Amino acid sequence: MSIKIALPKGRLLAETNALLSQAGWGLGGYHEKARLYRLRSEAFPGLSAKIFNERDIPVQVAIGNYDLGICGLDWVDELLVKYPSSTMVTVRDLGYGEGALHTVGSNLGRAISSLEEVCSRTDVIRIASEYPNLAESWALKLRLKRFSIFSLWGGAEAYPPEGAELALIPGRRGQKLFGYGLVSWDEVKSYRAVLIANRDSWETKGLGRLQASLEDVLASGDWCPPPAEVTGASLANKPYLSRETDEGVVWLALPDGHQQQPTVSLLNKAGIQIDDYPSASGNRRPVANLDGVAVKVIRPQDMPLQVANGNFDLAITGRDWIREHLYQFPSSPVAELLDLKFGRVKLVAVISQGVAVSDIEGLRRLSEGQPKPLRVASEYVNIADKYARDNHLGMYRIVPTWGASEAFLPEDADLLIENTQTGRTLAKHNLKIIDTLGESSACLIGNSRGVFSDAKKARMDAIVSALRTVVEGV
Amino acid sequence: MMVERCKGCRDLSPEEMGRFRFIEGAFRDCCLGWGFSEVKTPTLEYLHLFTATGTLTPAMLGKVYSFLDWDGWSGQRVVLRPDGTIPLARFYIDNMAGKGLAKLFYVTNIFRFEETGTEARERWQGGVELIGVASPLADVALISMALEAMSRFGVKGVELRLSHAGVIRSLLAKLRLSLREQARILDQILDGDSEALARLKSERPRLGKALTSLLDLKGESSGVLKEARATFSQSFPEIESHMDNLISIVDLLGAMGYRYQIDIASGRGFEYYTGVIFQLFVGEDKVGGGGRYDALIPLMGGGDIPASGFALYFDHLMDLVAPVASCRGKTQRILIRATSEDIKRGFDIARRLREAGYVTELQLEDQGPTDARWFLELQAEAPVYVVTDLVKHQKLELGTADELMRLLGEGDVNQDSLT
Repeated sequence: MSIKIALPKGRLLAETNALLSQAGWGLGGYHEKARLYRLRSEAFPGLSAKIFNERDIPVQVAIGNYDLGICGLDWVDELLVKYPSSTMVTVRDLGYGEGALHTVGSNLGRAISSLEEVCSRTDVIRIASEYPNLAESWALKLRLKRFSIFSLWGGAEAYPPEGAELALIPGRRGQKLFGYGLVSWDEVKSYRAVLIANRDSWETKGLGRLQASLEDVLASGDWCPPPAEVTGASLANKPYLSRETDEGVVWLALPDGHQQQPTVSLLNKAGIQIDDYPSASGNRRPVANLDGVAVKVIRPQDMPLQVANGNFDLAITGRDWIREHLYQFPSSPVAELLDLKFGRVKLVAVISQGVAVSDIEGLRRLSEGQPKPLRVASEYVNIADKYARDNHLGMYRIVPTWGASEAFLPEDADLLIENTQTGRTLAKHNLKIIDTLGESSACLIGNSRGVFSDAKKARMDAIVSALRTVVEGV
Repeated sequence: MMVERCKGCRDLSPEEMGRFRFIEGAFRDCCLGWGFSEVKTPTLEYLHLFTATGTLTPAMLGKVYSFLDWDGWSGQRVVLRPDGTIPLARFYIDNMAGKGLAKLFYVTNIFRFEETGTEARERWQGGVELIGVASPLADVALISMALEAMSRFGVKGVELRLSHAGVIRSLLAKLRLSLREQARILDQILDGDSEALARLKSERPRLGKALTSLLDLKGESSGVLKEARATFSQSFPEIESHMDNLISIVDLLGAMGYRYQIDIASGRGFEYYTGVIFQLFVGEDKVGGGGRYDALIPLMGGGDIPASGFALYFDHLMDLVAPVASCRGKTQRILIRATSEDIKRGFDIARRLREAGYVTELQLEDQGPTDARWFLELQAEAPVYVVTDLVKHQKLELGTADELMRLLGEGDVNQDSLT
């Protein structure tokens, strides 16, 4: 009988790998630099594994694509708090990867003095988090009178106090102080790595032998997980401008991740120097050599929403993410100010080479007679949803993913909406492009309905025209 | 394509809709007869309308259908209305502020997630809100109105159970629990955990016996309440006004000859209530309930306006009313056959008949005259109208539409004997 397990990338990988190695699972190729995401066990015939972003794992196990999964309990709870009738069981606490989710606020700027104050306030309390369901549940439990949850791709610690009153972020148990002057107001829940199972698989598939092999290791005195990656590392308080002190400050959002290098070189050519960006320590508040300009480093995916809400005046993101945002919120005031002409990618519809159709019409016809819905995986859930509607895909489901989406085809999705630069990664995963939805490149965005003081407007114009000079050569 | 109804949702068949409309009609007649006016509020409301007062429990709020609207980039969520009273209070504040007394009613659907999918996630209710009056008489009038509606539905064996939110809240305050603990117990009671108070007693054996006996207070007359008030008048003065309020309501009900059960610990769903809570049961099925909620409009920023109200649960009541009560009599149904040449005349006579109160159907394809009293055939040549009485098995030939109307009018005289 085939058994499939979903294994995590990132923070839990080293310890999980050590555990599975000691348990003799023989999953070669499970390491941080893994380029192929599918693994086969040498010891247990029929056992295969796939590497996922941790956040995807509870979803994949709950919908039955995987029998077992290993991930943090925080991500399990994030799913279960919203979908309590989910068909997932937590089999065992694995003892490593310990941490805690904290609700943090800033003790600088527009400070909050106590949790009671948060509960009694009648204006909107904004909570930024990668854990939107847990954040909402926390807000309801505390009976917050009015709140907004900013569901983020990452970097929540950069938001308070200007972009949000609170952030729900991971840290250590008992941790009181966080970077950027943040303090923990409430330790919401602690977590460790857990083994989870799909309930049907657990009841019918005889997974006991695999569990027993883990029990042997965990119970033995030899089991000593490698030192854990430190999460929620305290960063020194960096000085930064507060909105209260100067209404004329221009807030500029710069991307983290792989767009940092081209962003820096563009900024430098425009005469803008940013100290500590890209940052070896993950500093999200670097300092620019421009008076009255404050910089934060956040995920490009999160930028359009933040610009729409006035938390940033200018941001460097991708056109794909503006499109994604505008498909969700057509009346949003976010507008592209300047094409920055780097990071060019195509947005494409992709299927497995093994599917004998060559275009979306063919896929639609193929799926018409099927009893199961067509699974459309994408990081761009709104673009994917619109694409499915526009092409009359009939019964379909969007499977949201958090990266490495190309590994979802063919077993965990039927169609993928993805970006590609050269198409090489797709080809390597035995995938083919059946449609192109458009092109994307980096761009500078702003708020078309923002009202700015003359001084601020002048600062923003200076940045835009300096960048324009570089990209347009005028 | 797989055809599937949404889990937890219900279709209403023509027969069920007949019963639904009967209940709705009787409820509306009752409310209009009491001088109340009907209103409708939107299906979508902002989530913060329901969180802002802090009265709904986290467990209840965790079951609302909320989402970001197409312009929800600020993170402001909207919900499918999970409750009827809070939108009505918003309506009052929005549209009637400063106008004093308001007597409003509504028929609406509400949406709450229900985990198993075996119970309804969309429910229907008729609700009544009496805004701007604080007297026990107002509460008694609402209870009387709810019971009158039940009797109009023809529902028998309705049991009235009474509790008082003020009494429960003062008790919890008196038990010297931390604020957090008080909120936790209150939430448990609100979410329908009837054991919550009992557990509290076993966890805290040192709580005054006499005090906890209040929680067990049950009875069928105001005597038990008066006794309890006498016992606690010295040691627990905070409870006195609430007890007095409940006693005066109970005495009024008694004077009007209503039977009732007092059960202080029953409190499911009294989230925003501050005074009397009443629940209507048929057997173990709760078919309605309401109470006084004087703090709700103030908490919503609408000023110091008292209010009370109730809702009757149409989905439950539909199973308790007779199936034929709402169907229109067969005597008034007429099936009409017209050839395509005669179609205009067919439509004209059908409209004339409908205006006279008949149900007319044009025969489509081979539809048989199964549930009509009359079958009317239009012919191109005289006699142009041929009418068959399908009950008496008589056929009549008529020359004009007026003759036809006269004939059917005479038929109506005898309709009682025909149905």
